[in-house]
Amino acid sequence: MELIEAIILAVLAASTPLLLAATGELVTERAGVLNLGVEGMMIVGAACGFGGAWLTGSIIIGALCGIVAGTLLSLVFAMMTLGLAVNQVATGLALTILGIGLSGLIGAGFVGERITPAPHLHLPVLTDIPLVGRILFGEDAFVYLSLALVVAVWLFLYRTRAGLVLRAVGDNHVSAHALGYPVLKIRMFAVMFGGACAGLAGAYLPLAYTPFFIPGMTAGRGWIALALVVFASWRPGRLVVGAYLFGAVTILQLHAQGWGVGIPSQFMSALPYLATVIVLVLISRARTGGSTAPAALGTVFVPDR
Amino acid sequence: MKNFFIAATAVMLTAGASMFGASAAEKLKVGFIYLGPVGDFGWTYQHDLARQALVKEFGDKIETTYLENVSEGPDAERSIEQLVRAGNKLIFTTSFGYMDPTLKVAKKYPSVHFEHATGFKRDKNMSIYNGRFYEGRYIQGVIAGKMSKAGVLGYIGSFPIPEVVMGINATILGAQTVNPNIKVKIIWANTWFDPGKEADAAKALLDQGADVIMQHTDSPAAMQIASERGKLAFGQDSEMIKFGPKTQLTSIMDNWAPYYIDRVKAELDGKWTSEDTWGGLKSKMVVMAPYTNMPDDVKKLAMDTEAAIIDGKLFPFKCPVVGQDGKEVECKGGTRLDDGQVLGMNFYVKGIDDKIPGK
Amino acid sequence: MQLVLEKRAERSNTIALVSPLIAIGLTLVTMSILFAILGKNPVSALAAYFIAPLTDSYSLQEIAVKATPLVMIAIGLSLCYLANAWNIGAEGQFLIGAVAGSWLAVKTQGTGAGPWVLPVMLLLGAPAGALYALIPALCKVKFGASEILTSLMLVYVADLFLDYLVRGPWRDPAGFNFPTTAEFDPVATVPVLIEGGRLHLGAVIALVVVAAGAVLLGKTIKGFEIRVVGAAPRAARFGGFNSNQLVLLTFAISGALAGMAGIIEVAGPVGHLQPGISPGYGFTAIIVAFLGRLNPVGILIAGLFLALTFIGGEQAQIAMKIPLDVTKVFQGILLFYVLACDSLILYRFRLIFASRQVA
Repeated sequence: MELIEAIILAVLAASTPLLLAATGELVTERAGVLNLGVEGMMIVGAACGFGGAWLTGSIIIGALCGIVAGTLLSLVFAMMTLGLAVNQVATGLALTILGIGLSGLIGAGFVGERITPAPHLHLPVLTDIPLVGRILFGEDAFVYLSLALVVAVWLFLYRTRAGLVLRAVGDNHVSAHALGYPVLKIRMFAVMFGGACAGLAGAYLPLAYTPFFIPGMTAGRGWIALALVVFASWRPGRLVVGAYLFGAVTILQLHAQGWGVGIPSQFMSALPYLATVIVLVLISRARTGGSTAPAALGTVFVPDR
Repeated sequence: MKNFFIAATAVMLTAGASMFGASAAEKLKVGFIYLGPVGDFGWTYQHDLARQALVKEFGDKIETTYLENVSEGPDAERSIEQLVRAGNKLIFTTSFGYMDPTLKVAKKYPSVHFEHATGFKRDKNMSIYNGRFYEGRYIQGVIAGKMSKAGVLGYIGSFPIPEVVMGINATILGAQTVNPNIKVKIIWANTWFDPGKEADAAKALLDQGADVIMQHTDSPAAMQIASERGKLAFGQDSEMIKFGPKTQLTSIMDNWAPYYIDRVKAELDGKWTSEDTWGGLKSKMVVMAPYTNMPDDVKKLAMDTEAAIIDGKLFPFKCPVVGQDGKEVECKGGTRLDDGQVLGMNFYVKGIDDKIPGK
Repeated sequence: MQLVLEKRAERSNTIALVSPLIAIGLTLVTMSILFAILGKNPVSALAAYFIAPLTDSYSLQEIAVKATPLVMIAIGLSLCYLANAWNIGAEGQFLIGAVAGSWLAVKTQGTGAGPWVLPVMLLLGAPAGALYALIPALCKVKFGASEILTSLMLVYVADLFLDYLVRGPWRDPAGFNFPTTAEFDPVATVPVLIEGGRLHLGAVIALVVVAAGAVLLGKTIKGFEIRVVGAAPRAARFGGFNSNQLVLLTFAISGALAGMAGIIEVAGPVGHLQPGISPGYGFTAIIVAFLGRLNPVGILIAGLFLALTFIGGEQAQIAMKIPLDVTKVFQGILLFYVLACDSLILYRFRLIFASRQVA
């Protein structure tokens, strides 16, 4: 296997959980809700996903468990921020802390166990094509799912009426409400979708990446996913670029060490975060051709009667 | 009214505690401070296995308590002191970062005895203990030198501290005895424990041409990746063979039980004194997992090397030790580097191309 | 039939008084259920969490020690949040303040410098934190970039920067290459208030900060501006209040307070600079700020209460083997209930039977 091919494969795998979680959060934010609890939902998804797979022996059931776990946690968030008009920042943070604690409790019984990781695709001739075969035709289901999801979300947001309405709700919930759209209901579904994606992203880690569960295994990926959404200016296409860029920096930093490049590893590790700040500044400045945040992002909405 | 309630509860609790305490007055309370979760399958797991061995050995005579996930910052001192206040008379603090907090609490409570792992500060009531894991690394190096077809080893380091550097050096020195041209690629994960990162590091090392992986991090992620790729690897801290049945060559296992049993016995007999113990293969503080997935001649070589170290005929850091710069390192121990030099090791031996980060 | 939320005509003062109590009550009930599920006696568990730490002077001191940085940082954060500026990067500002103050400690190490060292260290920590906080503030004011994300990303950068310093340039030469600076000289250490405990001058400083915060918000024009800009932005504009300037000001103040908390913590309970000096104070302080309902006295109480849960959690782990994760769950649930109950101050529920809309 060529080194380039190997690196690309590693980058794809490393970027997938980021892409999955960020896609969900993108939809949530496009509807005007800022859910900072992505890390909490992801890690609960990891614990439940692994537990489900280990108890039943099925990766699919594990993935479903992860999705359900993330969705349930996001429902708590929805109840608070949409049902009770509570501040979204505080609620999101509380969700993260709660999620980390819950995952530790749930996952405690599973530490030290292992499962068979999710299988990789293997098509007879295609997968063996040198250089691109394994990249295109040899990934595990989650990688393909993440890309399909991004495409689906793009189509939904820009090619369907429902997507248009969702974007309208995110930009101006007062007008959307005046037009008769059920703002809170739409937001609730957006939040639940975000939770489902985060749960799936979290489940990916113990189901495919490293087939065992360790408390805290998400290691801050949820926060990176949040940054990615902004990095991508809330557009699905750029999200893919951003996710793979982040994954690439993480992987290349390790390779650089292996090659004996002498830059302090802390600097290399800091690069993705610094890059995000720089990009955030640049895109907020540019404003031409780039979309800015959904105008109603993070604001509370209580319908007038 | 509220005060009465609080006071009443406090009285009840103390009464309850002392009732329990009275019946347990003869029991020695032994406390443990763990860095990670007991289920980490690595460093903390092995300490906890030893604790369980204590319970098995001494039964009713002792009562053990542990605090896990204690971070090495300001919280550590409080956690240690809480164990003291809960009546523990012998306390094991199982990570380097607990050194200063342990010392502070030890000074405060001269009648309580402390055992600190992998550190270097001691006191009248504070012992230190450590394992000569580098002996195991040397053996692993010999095996790796034989088993690596590419002649390139992959090493996942945690942090560039002496404990890890001495491990790398011992590995290379061992490997050089069978393959003088052995090379090693080192990646620093900057963590003791992050399965995702360790997996990525293992992939990078394998992609760059290494075919035997060793680690100084704690999760089975690297073993798993090596197993997926059909390469070979060494486990760390505990047996990781279930993550790589055809992959694990051996593993350096921390075997704290004999030392712990010794110390508790001394405490029970009233004969505890502050000591500095750095045990290796001979005292069974370091145990090698069974040698697997290798041909018989390599297995024999490994076992012979192990026996030679145990018999004191072979020293991993025997002089002359040549540094990266080509110069011989001063030999303070006569025929080998002395313990102080090893404990503070901050240089690579010849044959390693990388530079130690931060120098 | 529908259950809808509608805005009250006026704040409900009864709810404002009663909501924290309801929230705590609900939390205790939920936690009791959780303890029961875990197989632990709810009453003893709750007692271990909340009552036991209040019963001796040591724990009380530890509560104050733990609460000190939380309260200091939270006061600063409350100013930001009142002005609708979301500083999520207090953790990073804490670390940068610690680094800046430690620079002086490391520079004057062993030189026999006078008692001017500590005050200057504190004076270095505050502006360093303020400057670090101004980065995301300026990005927001000048470029419109989300301060939530920029301040958060900078936390990781600060953490890695600290790591680089203690592993490299500032590493203690006598420390066997472990990533820590040498112990700070006594002139560079925050004095302890009561012999035998860890309660230190920082607690007094924190109280001063609380008082200053109360005065600022309650009695000064700037405080008024901060509150109006957050609560009624349009009215603020009409009033000529410059919201950009207030964003910069509140971020700078909160950065300064976080930075000062950082150097106090390092020069006090920890005693040297190392990675991991903060077990997430910057993030926990956010919870404290909200639990205290962005009010200085409320924050003081909330900080002490949250510190109580940390200490209690450790005692519960020792006494009843309750895992530390339960503390996190508790804190999350408490915050949820407080936020939920607080929303009833501004809103209320109405059951609507007919399905007609408002005419």
